[in-house]
Amino acid sequence: MGELEGKGPLGNHFDRVLQDDLFNQKSWEKAENKMFQFAVKTAVEKSNMQMDDIDCLIGGDLLNQIISSSFAARELNIPFLGIYGACSTFSEALLLGGLLIDSKSMDCVVCAASTHFSTAERQYRTPLELGTGRPPTSQRTTTASGACVLKNAGTGPRLTHCTLGKVIDWGIKDANNMGAAMAPAAADTIATHLLETAKAPKDYDYIVTGDLGHHGSEVLIKLLKQRGFDVSSNHADCGIQIYPEDADVQSGGSGCGCSAVVFSAYFLKQLMDASVKNLLLVSTGALLSPTSTLQGESIPGIAHAVAFEACKEG
Amino acid sequence: MDPILKPENYEAYIQKNMPRGNFLWDCTRAFFIGGLICTLGQGLNNLGTDILKMTKDQASMLATVILIFTGALLTGLGVYDVIGKFAGAGSIVPITGFANSIVAPAMEFKREGYVMGVGAKMFSIAGPVLVYGIILSVVSGIAGIFFSG
Repeated sequence: MGELEGKGPLGNHFDRVLQDDLFNQKSWEKAENKMFQFAVKTAVEKSNMQMDDIDCLIGGDLLNQIISSSFAARELNIPFLGIYGACSTFSEALLLGGLLIDSKSMDCVVCAASTHFSTAERQYRTPLELGTGRPPTSQRTTTASGACVLKNAGTGPRLTHCTLGKVIDWGIKDANNMGAAMAPAAADTIATHLLETAKAPKDYDYIVTGDLGHHGSEVLIKLLKQRGFDVSSNHADCGIQIYPEDADVQSGGSGCGCSAVVFSAYFLKQLMDASVKNLLLVSTGALLSPTSTLQGESIPGIAHAVAFEACKEG
Repeated sequence: MDPILKPENYEAYIQKNMPRGNFLWDCTRAFFIGGLICTLGQGLNNLGTDILKMTKDQASMLATVILIFTGALLTGLGVYDVIGKFAGAGSIVPITGFANSIVAPAMEFKREGYVMGVGAKMFSIAGPVLVYGIILSVVSGIAGIFFSG
């Protein structure tokens, strides 16, 4: 976790909060690589396992050619499947891991995702020292790396269902309003999931989206209400949860690392001690690039849903 | 009563309902900070002509150089983006903003080396200003020749 994220309401849940976002490395990219490695190694250690027990690492990040994940995997020496779902990468990794284990192709998979404010800014937006302001719908890419270990047996929380998202584009072109761009995809996936599992929103203690932010969350609740689903009382958003109320982050946090850490460090613990019995994690991604924006394209969104139920007692 | 949101009306709905900054307050801040920077420039100009007994051209060059230096220094110290968050266009538009737009990428891309990093990317923000500024100056120069006879 970066310094600013560590000051947020979830700060004391994280395994490590960096005092310096460079993590003693020579570049932000190298720092993000090191964070990714740390997250994976810590997750494996906390599961009382060795790196050799892991069949595969499924992970991604926001950088071109997903270099944070690939270069971290270079050091970790386990089979690696690099994926890209923008900010939906973490739930994409979880669902792929779940499907691989469920099909008995693998026994144990590590799922990880990572983002870093500085690496994202210099790739997608502008140099850090440039003196331009941000509109209120914009979000701050979180500096965060999170990882989870999925196994085919054990007493921990269970990954029970997944719903793969479709790419949904409702015509938002404003790259400073990704929450509104992704909300239709989140609504589509959540509605599909609830219909296909014949569940109601209240069957989940929390329906947690990745990074719709304040504005995107309001739109999501409206869109779902129009489809007959009321999530206003149990919706939560990792992008909103991760920063303090008074932080200068406009609509909230964003990035695949955001849902990775908020889920792995915070919600997962509540599933483990059964204070949360059922949770739906819906990481949301905006599938744009700097090139597509310059060419006048709108922003397609995607959201993948993964359902968890708490450990059974005893 | 909210309309039923569909792909056809979604963008218009978002445009209408998304939170916006306080326009009046944004403009006020830009006005005062931009004004302060320009006043500083004028002050330096007057310093040149009145105290240092420079010609008009020399004094204007003095003001320009000092403002550019200040913008570059504050960027290097990591202060200019803090000013920019408050001032918005007030710190982007004056020549100090131009200095910031060149120094910021130069600092940013140092890690990619001095040639392809600093050298190639230094004008990534200011490039359009240079290209279109030069084109327009050529056009107005040519127009000047024709219209002044």
